[in-house]
Amino acid sequence: MSKEIERAGLPVAHVCSIVPISKTVGANRIVPSVAIPHPLGDPGKPPAEERALRRRLLETALRALATAVEKQTIFE
Amino acid sequence: MARKLRLVHYVNQFFGGFGGEEEADLPPRLEEGARGPGRLLETLAPDVEVWVTVVCGDNYAAQQPERAAEEICAALAAREKSRGERPDLLLAGPAFGAGRYGLACGAVCRGVRERLGIPALAGMHPDNPGADAHRREVVVVGTAADVMGMRDALEAMLRAGRKLLQGEALDPQRDGTLPQGRRRNVEAEKTGAERAVAMLLAKLRGEPFVTEYRLPVFDRVAPAPPLDDPASATIALVTSGGIVPRGNPDRIEAASASKFAAYSLQGLDGLTAQTHQTAHGGYDPTFANADPNRVLPVDEMRVLERAGRIGRLHERYYVTVGNGTSVEQARRFGREIAARLVADGVQAVILTST
Amino acid sequence: MAFELGHVGVERLELGRRTELVASTLQVEADALRAHLSHEVEGIRSLQVHVARPGESTRIACVKDVIEPRLKMRGGRIGEGRTHALANVAVVSCGQIVGFQEGLIDMSGPGAAHTPFSRLSLLVLEVDAAPELDAHRRERVVREAGLAAAAFLGRVGAGVEPDRIERVAPEETACGGDLPRVVYVAMLLSQGLLHDNWVEGRNAREGLPRSVNPAFLLDGGVVSGNCVSACDKNTTWHHQNDAVVRALLARHGSELDFEGVVLTNAPTRLAEKEASAHAAAALVSELGAHGAVLAKEGFGNPDADLMLLIRGLEGAGIRAVALTDEFAGADGASQSLADATPEADALVSVGNANARVVLPPVQRTLGPMESVPRLAGAFAESLRPDGGVEVELQTLLGSTNQIGFERLTCREV
Repeated sequence: MSKEIERAGLPVAHVCSIVPISKTVGANRIVPSVAIPHPLGDPGKPPAEERALRRRLLETALRALATAVEKQTIFE
Repeated sequence: MARKLRLVHYVNQFFGGFGGEEEADLPPRLEEGARGPGRLLETLAPDVEVWVTVVCGDNYAAQQPERAAEEICAALAAREKSRGERPDLLLAGPAFGAGRYGLACGAVCRGVRERLGIPALAGMHPDNPGADAHRREVVVVGTAADVMGMRDALEAMLRAGRKLLQGEALDPQRDGTLPQGRRRNVEAEKTGAERAVAMLLAKLRGEPFVTEYRLPVFDRVAPAPPLDDPASATIALVTSGGIVPRGNPDRIEAASASKFAAYSLQGLDGLTAQTHQTAHGGYDPTFANADPNRVLPVDEMRVLERAGRIGRLHERYYVTVGNGTSVEQARRFGREIAARLVADGVQAVILTST
Repeated sequence: MAFELGHVGVERLELGRRTELVASTLQVEADALRAHLSHEVEGIRSLQVHVARPGESTRIACVKDVIEPRLKMRGGRIGEGRTHALANVAVVSCGQIVGFQEGLIDMSGPGAAHTPFSRLSLLVLEVDAAPELDAHRRERVVREAGLAAAAFLGRVGAGVEPDRIERVAPEETACGGDLPRVVYVAMLLSQGLLHDNWVEGRNAREGLPRSVNPAFLLDGGVVSGNCVSACDKNTTWHHQNDAVVRALLARHGSELDFEGVVLTNAPTRLAEKEASAHAAAALVSELGAHGAVLAKEGFGNPDADLMLLIRGLEGAGIRAVALTDEFAGADGASQSLADATPEADALVSVGNANARVVLPPVQRTLGPMESVPRLAGAFAESLRPDGGVEVELQTLLGSTNQIGFERLTCREV
């Protein structure tokens, strides 16, 4: 899905846990996330920390969207 | 007495008897009855008659395959109408190792099948460039590399053609057709465990073995240009993590999803366990159900929106379930979602996966 | 440490007034079983007990696990001493847990060929867990009920002389130095609710990878807690009868030197996946292996674990062969695996799980059939008006099992 959306001209930040799969399948802007059942969360943390973690991941995603890339790039 | 099988036979200028390389620009023409190898064909199969031979120059066909196919289809359609007769099958070639001829055969088969609905197959050597170009969409029977294999080629093409007409599945090992890139389930003689041990022993001994699945090379897409100014951009959320309104109103499947859906985020500052849930069956759902923002981060996107870090969170989000959903299906969803996003003026996407 | 598995053959299973094995007929007293289960397992609201036999027109829905009844006769540790197994019989636990997983077993018809359980006599438990319990607890109720029932049945093996004794003692066979040393790497899912497994009672998220004897698996060392997609879920029964272990034992001493088993897991975080794969490859290397057979469970993200393992092993000079199923779409034209690595040049395919099957109507159904459309591999119209079922192979329990029990494979056409 990431590639088709990008083919239409929109930059996509792929937030996912299993980066090797994203790399194999070909997403260009990859943001590693926490874990499969909760990519943008961490139930082991208190709520305020979890929100802060989520915000950081989204900030990284925004940075990825605003960065020119020539090949597959992982943003952390 | 049952009528004979009505065949359309496609050949190039040489096999059609018009000449050699100097006639390679010959435009397509219909010739009555069998020509060249078509006569041998009729000898091999007395219940088959070559209804018409289509002859076309290799250059003409290979340089503009679409146009050649169109013209041939128009001519065949006109002949059908004037005769009040419909052909049963089209055989193209055999082209053996001749590249332009092979490409032409593939294009003609495809055109005739798609435009006229006539079953079609081609014959050529597996290394023919036409084979590589067309075998995924067109049935290609593998032949020898040169005309010494003419008889065998025609017999194989006829056999495969009859099966095609019967609606029987064709199999590379049994019918000599080239693999079309589709995976088909079959029963092996031994269990998977036994085959695995045997394959390992062969690998360790340096003996030849054949992997039962060859990994593909995934295609790449050129990166889209970045956002100039995120603070003024409309950004959409898309997820394969299955976050849907509570109750899964559109019944997106837990696996092998047959659809995607769009839902409104208007007026929502975040998702809650009361308003949303996950439909995805491929991961432990408790964390996503307790707080769906962990998969679809609406709450923090709103924070970013209010803080002016992004222009707008797009009012709709798109969701499917990426659990055993095939790549082909996902590609289709991606294309449709992309079209809608572009139409809605969205400038970038954050795609979340589990 | 030799291990003996005594196979006690059961020809017929029926419900009756006592629980006993008389001349190959296993009779089970349902009330006694129920009493035993309510004593052993907290949280059962209600329980139904049925018998399903091979060839019957019976369909069982929402199967959680299948367990072979066993009784440890002597020996303190798993994989040592002697255990009696009731052959040709199994306990099937089914019931609603979360609703997306579990699978179907057909005892006859076209679906029967796609599951090993159609060939066994099955004691089917429809477990209804107390609704106020959360999903994690309900899963545990159903799992423990199945295990407790299998243990209850296993007790009849106490005074019986087995029909045949399988001696598992690979260390007793002298292997010539020219025989290649082979290790079996078994990957267990360890990903949370309905995606967990239990090794010697401990969640597979912890304590793995580790080396074990082949007998550890055959003696019930691994219990299944996983329910993602019935086609490639490894039931407890699959672990107890591990086909790769048996295939390697059969050739031990003649064609290869079966060095041992490495159990590893498939975590949800990338760093943990890498750590497990790295540690597993190191264990295989420590065992002096020349080659390894890799089995897995599930698909999608575990494909990444598989590729990491293959890369690690081949990189250390250990040749690897892996079993895997495929998700190539209903027409077989799609990419089959979620991940790839060039070193994965020796794969055994156990079939395309997206292929569709139409199952005819049956005379008897057990379990919540109304939940079938929500099972993985099913869809809204899966329950046909004529009473039949149309689903992907994905929904049939064990159809594309990646320990390699079945004969299904894929070819390119």
